[in-house]
Amino acid sequence: MSGAVVVAGYALRESVRRRVFVVVLLLTTLFVGLFAFATAKVFEHTGDFTIGRNIGTLDATGLIASTMLGLGMFAILFLATVLAVFLTLGAVRGDAERGLLQPLVVRPLGRTSMLLGRFAAAASVCAVYVALVYAATLLIVHQASGRWPDAVAGPGLALIGGSAVIVALALLGSVLLSATANGIVTFMLFGAGLVAGLMQSIAGGIGSHSLGQIAHAIAIALPFEALYQAGLHALTADRTGFTGALIQLGPFGSSHAGGPLLDLWAAAYVVLALAVAAWGFARRDL
Amino acid sequence: MSTVKTQRRVSYFRRVGHASGQIASARVTSALSVASLRKRYGRTTALHAVDLEVAPGELVGLLGPNGAGKSTLVKIACGLVRPSGGQAQVCGAPAGSREARRALGYLAELFRFPGWARAEEVLTLHQQLAGSDGGAAERTALLQQVDLLDAREQRVEAMSKGMQQRLGIAQALVGGPRLLLLDEPTSALDPVGRRMVRDLLERLREQGVAVLLNSHLLSEVELVCDRVAILSGGRVVAAGRPSELVHAGGVEIETGDGVRRFPQATREQVPALVAELVQAGARIYGVRVLTSSLEEAYLEAVGGRQEEAAA
Repeated sequence: MSGAVVVAGYALRESVRRRVFVVVLLLTTLFVGLFAFATAKVFEHTGDFTIGRNIGTLDATGLIASTMLGLGMFAILFLATVLAVFLTLGAVRGDAERGLLQPLVVRPLGRTSMLLGRFAAAASVCAVYVALVYAATLLIVHQASGRWPDAVAGPGLALIGGSAVIVALALLGSVLLSATANGIVTFMLFGAGLVAGLMQSIAGGIGSHSLGQIAHAIAIALPFEALYQAGLHALTADRTGFTGALIQLGPFGSSHAGGPLLDLWAAAYVVLALAVAAWGFARRDL
Repeated sequence: MSTVKTQRRVSYFRRVGHASGQIASARVTSALSVASLRKRYGRTTALHAVDLEVAPGELVGLLGPNGAGKSTLVKIACGLVRPSGGQAQVCGAPAGSREARRALGYLAELFRFPGWARAEEVLTLHQQLAGSDGGAAERTALLQQVDLLDAREQRVEAMSKGMQQRLGIAQALVGGPRLLLLDEPTSALDPVGRRMVRDLLERLREQGVAVLLNSHLLSEVELVCDRVAILSGGRVVAAGRPSELVHAGGVEIETGDGVRRFPQATREQVPALVAELVQAGARIYGVRVLTSSLEEAYLEAVGGRQEEAAA
């Protein structure tokens, strides 16, 4: 059995035995319940929803369904970030400071295998979590609105990719920073990504090219945000006219489509982050 | 003065070592071979060109005050710390390499096992990581050796510190290492536990396992180690067999007129001294050959080094 697989199994077992999954399941059930309740309530009042007069034809149900799905996507990315950070924030320096790492690292498996094992475990957990909660939000919105998004699998995969990027960043942070500092930095990067996304929306709304470029550059530098934006865009990619424009300019919509280049960049980013983490870990005195 | 004494001891150790075959020859690969090993942490030098050899089946004690570089030396040997210069080899492989790590077992001074894990699970994990195919039989044997067989299903968090330390020793023995690096293995153990570890170390020596024992407990080291190296300020300030490090402290002869002291006399001179006293009409009730303890030798070596540093 390869060292990375053993370490991944160990990390997963640790999460199960520390009841991480039980807590996550309980809190996620609460979130999904609240989301279902809110979605049902919102759609009770869809008929009253009007914006101005003579602006254009508004598909109120489509707008609200997209907004609720966008809200769900945001919440899922946030929850996945929390999960990713707490599964990895002390993986190297934190565990070394507590004396947990040394007995493992002196074994022949190698530090890179250990790092890959930790990444595989955390990324897998996040992927399964994102897939399940995303499926739940899709079903809830469909149940309330009778609508499906323009793309079903793409946005979910984008979120899974985004969570993998965050896991890789948090793992890199765990090599360079103490557990607390790593947690703070990762959440700040997450916040910076979200701000960049909102800036993109604002830039689109006011027609500011330079602001849009800055925001786009930040989103590319933090590809979890670019993937999230691409996922949001895919939800309503086929929507046109006034409703489509309104969704794309809103806080839970995006005008930035993804594509193979972004996917490639995100994959390369993960590989690069892990390579730097492995290099830093190999040079670290424990 | 002290430095001169120290240098004399180191060279004596080398001479005796070679003569008795304690130090590995060119044909026998040392379990641990350290040559001109240096380590710097920023501006602080933890090790200054340290040389040390541990032969297969040899039990070597590493002594020294806090900050002497003992743990750094052990950590370099097991690949946790990268040396700034010099060489360290484990069973012929560069320290830190996969081959070297495969050959050694290590118990860190400050270690922890996950609290949620059971003793059996800790050993299973280490068997998997070490590539050991010993299975349940190996785990049972190891737990038995450290007297934890009854606690095999117990969680680490429910164990006393002493039990955790014994589990740490069992973990270090997973896969049958050829070199065992133990950093303060008995610091949390009661006298019974320490005795158990001593017995275990002696059994390991019989099996040909080399042990580098880093400890503050001089009496323990004196009891169990074949050789001792004393580190201070990142340098080996004294080394040799415990009996070589201690030195003669004279002879005391209890006579009818009281105790007569001969500070310069050696054990070999005792019959002549006794004969002389008897001839002079003294009645002899007892004879004591005095030697310094390892603790005294240690304090002398370390103290000398500290004085030198202060100067």
